[in-house]
Amino acid sequence: MPAIVVKNLTKKYGGVIAVNALTFSVEKGELFGFIGPDGAGKTSLFRILTTLLLPDAGEASVNNLDVVKDYKKLRTQLGYMPGRFSLYQDLSVEENLKFFASVFGTTIEENYDLIKDIYVQIEPFKKRRAGQLSGGMKQKLALSCALIHKPEILFLDEPTTGVDAVSRKEFWEMLKRLQQKGITVVVSTPYMDEASLCGRIALIQNGKILGIDTPNNIVKTFDKPLLAVKARNTHALIEALRKYPHMHSLYPFGEFLHYTDKRVQFSNDEIHDYLTTEMIQQIEMKPIEPNIEDCFMALMEKQDHE
Amino acid sequence: MKSFRGFIIKEFYHIFRDKRTMLILFGMPVIQLVLFGFAIRNEITDAKISIVDHSNDYITLEIKQKLLSSGYFLLQDDIDKDSDIEAVFRKGVVKEVIVFEQEFAQRLLRDGSAHIQIIADASDPNTANMLIGYTSSIIQDYQKSLKNQSSFLPQILPEVKLLYNPELKSVFMFVPGLIALLLMLVSALMTSITITREKELGTMEILLVSPLKPFQIIVGKVIPYLFLSFVNTATVLLLARLVFGVPFNGSYGLFFFEALLFVITALSLGIMISTISKTQQTAMMIALAGLMLPVIILSGFIFPVSSMPWPLQVFSNIVPAKWFLIIVKGIMLKGIGIEYLWKETMILAGMSLIFVSVSIKKFKIRLQ
Repeated sequence: MPAIVVKNLTKKYGGVIAVNALTFSVEKGELFGFIGPDGAGKTSLFRILTTLLLPDAGEASVNNLDVVKDYKKLRTQLGYMPGRFSLYQDLSVEENLKFFASVFGTTIEENYDLIKDIYVQIEPFKKRRAGQLSGGMKQKLALSCALIHKPEILFLDEPTTGVDAVSRKEFWEMLKRLQQKGITVVVSTPYMDEASLCGRIALIQNGKILGIDTPNNIVKTFDKPLLAVKARNTHALIEALRKYPHMHSLYPFGEFLHYTDKRVQFSNDEIHDYLTTEMIQQIEMKPIEPNIEDCFMALMEKQDHE
Repeated sequence: MKSFRGFIIKEFYHIFRDKRTMLILFGMPVIQLVLFGFAIRNEITDAKISIVDHSNDYITLEIKQKLLSSGYFLLQDDIDKDSDIEAVFRKGVVKEVIVFEQEFAQRLLRDGSAHIQIIADASDPNTANMLIGYTSSIIQDYQKSLKNQSSFLPQILPEVKLLYNPELKSVFMFVPGLIALLLMLVSALMTSITITREKELGTMEILLVSPLKPFQIIVGKVIPYLFLSFVNTATVLLLARLVFGVPFNGSYGLFFFEALLFVITALSLGIMISTISKTQQTAMMIALAGLMLPVIILSGFIFPVSSMPWPLQVFSNIVPAKWFLIIVKGIMLKGIGIEYLWKETMILAGMSLIFVSVSIKKFKIRLQ
C-alpha cells in the first residue's frame, strides 16, 4: 500500500501556478526526495501533503487519509519539519522537546529510543536556548521535535539548507536510519548532490515533475556522451563553444564546462581542433559520467522544447 | 489535557523571558498610574472668571468672596451688563462667567429660591465641566451654611449636583479608566501579538500540524494573560488606594468578577485581531488604533460621553470599555451592587460571547 498517492494536484497563488497537476505515489518505507531549485513548488507541495494548505484541484492522500477531509486524523500521524527553523528560540533545547512531546500527548522518555541517536548529539547543550544553537544543531533539534511523537511518515522541507557539509552528511545518515526503522521519509532539497542519498527521487521544476525514479535510473536516461571541458580563459571558451554549430548543451560546473554534442558520431579531436582555431589555450577535455544535475538540466531543456 | 498544560507552561516561559513583554506587563501599570495620578491631573487652579452682579447685596458679596477665596478662581473683569458676557469670552481669557439675578438676597430669603447663572467656555468641555463643578459645590456649601441661619432651607438655583467625587480629584476619575486601559492593553494587545508572533516565526505551522485543537491553542494563549491581567488589576488598585487614597466603596468580589469579564472581552478582541493580521506589527497597529484610542477617547475615560456629538455617543456603545467604566465607577465610587449594574454586565458578557465565537470560527486551521 502506498504511503502517499497524489492525483492531478494543483495549487495556484493568484496567476502563479506553484504546483501544476502533479501525479505520483510514494511507497511505505521509502526515503523519497524532491529535488529542485528554489521556487519549484516543493514547499507548497509539502504544505498540501501536511494538511496546511488546501489544493485548488486534484486530490492527495497520505496513509490512506485524504489531506483535506481527514486532516484531523492525519495530523496525529505525520511529522513535519518546515524549511524555516520553526522552534521557540527563547526556550531551551530540552524545553522545546518537552513542549512538542506534551503537545502530542507523549513524553521524551516514551519515545527516547527513536530520537536517541540524534538527541545525544545535542544533549550536552540541553540547557541552551534554541536561538543560540548553530545551524546544524538547530536542524537536529527540529528533527528530534518532529520525531518525538513517533510519526509514521516524516516530511522534511529543505532540512539541509544553510547547514555545513559535515552536518549535512550526518543529517542524511540519520534519515537513512529512520528509514530503516520503518518510517516513510519524504525530503526536499535544492542540492542535487544529495539526490543519490535517496531511494527514489522526483526532479521538480515550475510545479512540474521532470522525472521520477531511482537516482541511478534517472542518470541512465541521459543518452548523450558528456564532455568536461576546461581552458585557461573560461569566458573565451564559453563564447567559442556557443558559436560551435554542433553544440547541443553547455553548462558550467565549477571550473569545468559540461558539453553535449548534437551529432551521434563525433570525435573529441574535432572539437579540440575547432577550439584551437578559435585561439583557446590550455584546452583540457575528458569524457565523464553524467550526474543528477546534468540530467536535471537535460530534462528541463527537453520540457522547454515541448 | 496534558498537551494543554504543556502549552500554558510554554506561554509563561515566553512571557518571563522577554524583557520587553515584562516591561509592558509590569512596568507600564505603575508608570501609567503615576503619570495620570500626578502629572496629568486636571484640577484647575486660578481659573479666570467674571461676575455679573445685578443685585449687589450682602449674600452675593459673600458668595463672591467664597468663590474667590477658594483658590480655584481669579476675578478677571467685573462687568455689569449681560451683553458684555460674550465679548469677555471672545477674548479667551475668561473661562467662566457667573450671573446673579436682581434682588438675589431678597428672593432667596423671602421666596426661598434665587437664580444663579453659570456660563462656561465649553470649547474646552473638560475644563468647563470642572469649573461648573467647582462653582456649584462652593455655592452649595454656602447654601448649607444659610440653613443654620434661618428656619427654612433657602434654595439657590440651578442646582448642579456633584456626588461621588466631592473634592473633584481627577485621580479618582482616572483610576477606573486606567484599570480599563491597562486591562485592554495587556489582554488585547499582548494576546494579539503573541498569536501573530507564532505565525511570523513559523511555529504556527508546527502547532497546526499537531493534534492541538484551535480552541486549545487560543485558550492556552489566553490563560497566562488572564492571570497576569489579574495581578495587574490588583497592583493598580493597591497603588490607587495606598498612594492616592482613592475610595473603594463597593464589593471587591464583584469588582474582580467584573474585571474578569472585561478581561475576557478584551482577550477575545485580541484573538480576533490576531486572526486577521499576519505580522506582529500589523497586530500592534490594529490593537493600538482600533482599541487603545477608543478606550481613551470614547469610553468616558477622559472626555464625558454626554458631551460628545450624537454619532460618537452612539458609537461609544460598542466600546466595551465604556460599559466597564460605568461598572467600575459604580462599584468603586458609588459602592453600588450588581442589582444596578446587571445591564452593563450583560452587555459585556454578550460582547465577549460574540467575539469568542467569531474568533474560534475565524481561526484558521490551515495556512493561507
